[in-house]
Amino acid sequence: MNILHTENLSKIYHHKDGLVNALKNISLTAEKGSFVTITGPSGSGKTTLLLTLAGLIRPSSGSFSLMGKNLSCVSDSELALFRRENVGFIMQSFALIPYLTAIQNVKLPLALIKMNKAIQQSKAVEVLKTVGMGERMNHLPRELSAGQQQRVAIARALVNAPSIIFADEPTGNLDPKLSVEILDFLKAINQKNNITIVMVTHSPVAADYGNVRIHLDNGEINTMTNKN
Amino acid sequence: MNLFKLVWIELWNKKTQLISSLMAIVIGIGVIVGIRTINVYSEKAVAVKLDNLGANILVLPQAASIDDYYTSDIDAPTIPMEYVEKILTSEIQGVDNLSPKLTRRIEIGGKKYVLTGIQPKNEMASKPLWQNTGFGKELQASCAPTTEANTSHGYEDEKLKRKGVDSLDYSECLLGTQAAKSLHLKVKDKLKIQGTELTVAKLLDETGTVDDDRIFVNLKAAQEILGIKDQISAIEIMGCCNAISDGLLGKLRNILPDTRITTIGQIVSTQIETNKMMKKTSIIFLIIILFVGSISIGNYMWANVNERKKEIGILRMIGCYKSEIYKILLLKACILGLIGGILGYALGTFAAYYMGPVFAQIEVAAIPLFLVWAVLISIGISITGSLLPAYFAARFEPFSNMQEE
Ligand SMILES: Nc1ncnc2c1ncn2[C@@H]1O[C@H](COP(=O)(O)OP(=O)(O)OP(=O)(O)O)[C@@H](O)[C@H]1O
Ligand SMILES: [Mg+2]
Repeated sequence: MNILHTENLSKIYHHKDGLVNALKNISLTAEKGSFVTITGPSGSGKTTLLLTLAGLIRPSSGSFSLMGKNLSCVSDSELALFRRENVGFIMQSFALIPYLTAIQNVKLPLALIKMNKAIQQSKAVEVLKTVGMGERMNHLPRELSAGQQQRVAIARALVNAPSIIFADEPTGNLDPKLSVEILDFLKAINQKNNITIVMVTHSPVAADYGNVRIHLDNGEINTMTNKN
Repeated sequence: MNLFKLVWIELWNKKTQLISSLMAIVIGIGVIVGIRTINVYSEKAVAVKLDNLGANILVLPQAASIDDYYTSDIDAPTIPMEYVEKILTSEIQGVDNLSPKLTRRIEIGGKKYVLTGIQPKNEMASKPLWQNTGFGKELQASCAPTTEANTSHGYEDEKLKRKGVDSLDYSECLLGTQAAKSLHLKVKDKLKIQGTELTVAKLLDETGTVDDDRIFVNLKAAQEILGIKDQISAIEIMGCCNAISDGLLGKLRNILPDTRITTIGQIVSTQIETNKMMKKTSIIFLIIILFVGSISIGNYMWANVNERKKEIGILRMIGCYKSEIYKILLLKACILGLIGGILGYALGTFAAYYMGPVFAQIEVAAIPLFLVWAVLISIGISITGSLLPAYFAARFEPFSNMQEE
């Protein structure tokens, strides 16, 4: 089954200095359980593609579907509902709420689906332990190292058992050793939990983790390789 | 974790910002609650005064002070007793009831009391003179109990008549609540004032006025005890309201040129005016606070929303609905309003408690109902101020604005 499918997906940003053709006719598919990496020069549209696929940015034309559901023209709240139920996010800047502790941040997606408090607690603890953050659960993001913050962010992305995780340069702020740790962990959950991962990256090392590799150039797919 | 907890943690995290944004509301609500609290008690005080007044015209010596109706006769100089007769023989119509009084502060056992000599009704009625002057049943009936002058002051003629003392023997006295308490006296007990022994005939009901400190005795006994024969300090007159508006005061002044003649209206009116002014002031403040408070909260929310663009983006990213962003911000507004209302109420009540006695000479206590109003108004202000910022915040694109950090 194709978990990810796009047809002629385009995105034009309307900027006051003119139009920016950030994505041009992107058509791609990925099967469930793929590890998709998106590479390309800066400004080539990687983030734009990722956010569009994740339903955070509306495409200007074309269509895309996740888990077989066409999301090109559904309402904002349907998109939000889809995200909270099926999608996890890992961002370069971690995207943690600064005044919430690690465990509170992890509980947030569960709070949105109004999960019972006790279950929130046990799930959050469990997933924080999986990412090796069992000892730092009550720390605020600023009291954690970059690597630790990213692990909390991964825990938050995993806690609602998503089908797909979108990651925008998740190792961009981490040193090479930590990067490998995080990438190995992502690979592990990709294989063990069969979670599809779509990851934007600059680094060739990170790109090597993917089995579907997309290289963007100037908003267009330059190459797409599928190693299965 | 839930939305409420999220909001609470965020507010708690930014305590100083929260406090400064609440300043305007707290002070505004405080001023309104303060003024209104004093206002309510001041109105009550006026009502108590009116309620307890036994007369609506007061004849006082020229030099008497009339700042306070209740104590105006206490240390006043005296006027001769024959003034009573002067009024009665003058054929002035509309004098419905009339009672001469002599009042002085005295000391018994080192404590201060107010001794008031009054002429009981039975002694008055026995004077044949009075029947001639129309002092009697017919005239009472001619005074409509709900004339305009009376209703506007919130009392009825019935109440004015209540205070007449039907009989009080030379050797008897009536005690106000406070006086009875501090003298430790009950009905039938004996009380000795400067050599004169009196029997307590009755304890009076508590009135909340200086009357509670009074010892009422027969006028003659008072004159004897105080050694001021044939002198009185005031004449209370129940004037028929129609007669008052027909110039009764002027007529009385003509026959008693060296006295000061006032109506309750004149004495209490200052306080009534002050009350009206306080009411107006509190309404003006309410309007000001509605604007200033909403703007100040709106300003805080605006800054807060901009500062938290990133967080709002994160929340939207992980699947928050726009409506939930609204909810979060309005919940925040409600909490701000609630805190502002409670603090404002506390401030206002506290201020009223200390300022009431100083500025309005009245004791003030907290009015719990105002807490409800303070909170409702404060929440209303806070929500009004937050609507626009919340509207814009909910429209923030999820996550994309995080790139702008
Ligand atoms: N909100 C926006 N408004 C206008 N133009 C935008 C906006 N966001 C991105 N762009 C433009 O779209 C193009 C693609 O941007 P995008 O962020 O997707 O690049 P990227 O490949 O992620 O780059 P980087 O590797 O530096 O993160 C760029 O030319 C950028 O200037
Ligand atoms: Mg990017």
